[in-house]
Amino acid sequence: MYRLLLCFRYLRTRYIALASIISVTLGVATLIVVNSVMAGFSAEMHERLHGLASDILIECHASGGMPDPDAHLAEIHRVVGDDIEGASVSVHVPSMLGIDFNGQLITRHVNLVGIDAETYDTVSHFGRYLIHPENQKQVDFDLREAGFAETRENFPASGWHYRRARVAYERALDEERARVEAMDREVAKLSTTLPQHPNDSSASEDGLIDEDSPESLASAGPSLGPLLPPELNGGDTSGVAATFDPATEQYPGIILGISTCSNKLRDDAGNVRDHYYCRPGDDIRMMFPSASENPKVLNQKFTVVDLYESGMSEYDSTFAFVRLDQLQEFRGMIDPISGVKSVTTIQLKLIEGADLNAVRDALRKRFPPDQFAYSIQTWRDMQGPLLAAVRLETTILNILLFLIIAVAGFGILATFFMIVVEKTRDIGTLKALGASGSGVMSIFLSYGLLLGIVGSGVGLLGGILFVDNINEVAGVIERVTGQEVFDPTVYYFTEIPTILNPFTLAWVMAGAVAIATAASVLPAMRAARMHPVTALRFE
Amino acid sequence: MNNSSNTPILQARGIRKSYYKNQIELPVLRGVDVAFARGEMSALVGRSGSGKSTLMHLLATLDQPDEGEVWFDGNRVDNLSRRGRDQYRNREIGIIFQFYHLLPELSALENVLAPAMISRSVLGYFRQRKSLTARAEAMLDRVGLLDRKTHKPCEMSGGEMQRVAIARSLMSEPQLLLADEPTGNLDTETGESILQLLRQLNTEDGLTVVMITHDDAIAERADRCYRMQDGLLVDRFENEPANPASASRGNIATKPLARAVSAA
Repeated sequence: MYRLLLCFRYLRTRYIALASIISVTLGVATLIVVNSVMAGFSAEMHERLHGLASDILIECHASGGMPDPDAHLAEIHRVVGDDIEGASVSVHVPSMLGIDFNGQLITRHVNLVGIDAETYDTVSHFGRYLIHPENQKQVDFDLREAGFAETRENFPASGWHYRRARVAYERALDEERARVEAMDREVAKLSTTLPQHPNDSSASEDGLIDEDSPESLASAGPSLGPLLPPELNGGDTSGVAATFDPATEQYPGIILGISTCSNKLRDDAGNVRDHYYCRPGDDIRMMFPSASENPKVLNQKFTVVDLYESGMSEYDSTFAFVRLDQLQEFRGMIDPISGVKSVTTIQLKLIEGADLNAVRDALRKRFPPDQFAYSIQTWRDMQGPLLAAVRLETTILNILLFLIIAVAGFGILATFFMIVVEKTRDIGTLKALGASGSGVMSIFLSYGLLLGIVGSGVGLLGGILFVDNINEVAGVIERVTGQEVFDPTVYYFTEIPTILNPFTLAWVMAGAVAIATAASVLPAMRAARMHPVTALRFE
Repeated sequence: MNNSSNTPILQARGIRKSYYKNQIELPVLRGVDVAFARGEMSALVGRSGSGKSTLMHLLATLDQPDEGEVWFDGNRVDNLSRRGRDQYRNREIGIIFQFYHLLPELSALENVLAPAMISRSVLGYFRQRKSLTARAEAMLDRVGLLDRKTHKPCEMSGGEMQRVAIARSLMSEPQLLLADEPTGNLDTETGESILQLLRQLNTEDGLTVVMITHDDAIAERADRCYRMQDGLLVDRFENEPANPASASRGNIATKPLARAVSAA
């Protein structure tokens, strides 16, 4: 009984010991904050990585792809059918994206993916990241009228509405330009008689209109039509370049990753703004190899129907999606005789709780790499280095922070030795009154335990409070230092993601308490071994 | 236990104790035989360095003799296990120190309760809490400090602290009180009241009191007096109550003062 009473009294009266556990408190709070932010980041990352990549990816490295995907799927179902929830086939082809922006051609290397809109959403969260709310429900490669990202600030007007306005503007501009040109010619003709004749003052209505000469259009702005050779124009509007009306018609639809056609920049006021090179309703072109044995570069025009923003810059800046059947047709992946179509990729979604690696290994066994040029990977395999790096970072941070707490433990050790020396006479008194050595030891051990609990408990509370208000705290730090803590141009989240894992909290607490208790063992043993007569005489 | 009144309650037989410093033997006690009779108030008197404190520590089993035996109430206690000696100190005897040795974190009442807390587990203590508190309050009342029970030692005077220490030593109803210079740190008047209290406990409760002192005037107040010198018991004499003749053996310098006290 006296042990409890005494160690509670010591706790209340020895402020020096409380000071010595501040480092434990800080260590625990830091550990909790770091762990929950790291967990938040990696969960967000997992979510996004996994949401985009299906569980298992079977890729064929041949440029012509694997023929007859239905037979493959049937075989896959036969091998691991029990674990499969969904499957989708697609064509992945490296390609170059060309965007005409203010008369300049912006090119980007992207991965062009032909997807089957019906099944693609069963293997990944593709639709969720589209900008148009209707497309999030059901992907449609036809341009929608309007309503893109209405909640988004500064998102430019898009869709048919925008397309018609743009076409009308371009036509008016072309007309005006042609008129000015005609007038220039007129002026040139007259210049022999009238050498000085400023253009602008002689604006008259009698200028000739030169219908759509390609040269004039090429320099006229965003319209891409004339840039392309007529034979490559249009998929479903094949060979009708001359009659293609951009105000009412579109090229095959394409969904671009948002970073392929936009830039995050900071304006003068310091706010992050997106600048778009093209938007839904604009036309772009893609250059990609055909699937034949002598690959040729195909140059195909598409109309952007939506943008795609997952928050993973790797995906957002490298992917463009089109319809599978269209891409197969463009690349010549449909056998003209048998009509069998080829794909390059099969994606599988497994049921909840299925063993990814087991399914992968079963598939690898069925399609051994020495016979099939297939690479079969789980999403973890594909993101392995990234996930491993995050894990390593978390582990090292935890070790470092626990070392900090261990340093705090030595502080406690020193303080406890001081307290034991200070309490020498009391220890003698207790022994004279019949307290045993182990009883005296347990006073100091439970004192250490209590200090550890108080210290890490305060740290726990502080850490949880910090994590709960981390974005406000970041805001305050930004205001005070003028330095942005969490830069949205770097990260794709607007807020710092955090996850408080009760298990982590528990082991951080337990570790800190154990360190504090361990630090009190030596002083407590010293107290227990003290000779009562020496202790009583201690001055 | 043997309760017959003719056996001494506490007995030391042939006690030898030496301290070692740099392998040189410093004998402190060189064969001490002493027996304290039940119900008596005795004093061990001697100059500092005479070994009286060491003897007291051995009697209280705070230390162990190199040679010899300590018997308490017909049982040998010096060779008991650690646990047995802890129990002996906790239950059979009460100890009072020159510097009171109260625990500064605890109130007067809690200090008095300390021996009871030490001998009981948390549960055991809580089960008997009411009766124990009542006994502790009675002990504080006995020393006249019941109204100070919530005060911490730092809020008390030396005499009050020594009274609390006495109350604490009485907590586990001991038969024997060992007092190491109980008045050594107090002024004469306060010391006198402590001595009166000890005497009162001796006469009213039949408590055996063994007092250690360097002051002959205080030794005179005991029924029986043992003088120690250089680790040996050199003299043994009985005091008549308030007998001025026996005072002549005392220190001349303290004599008038001692008279004044006893006259007061």
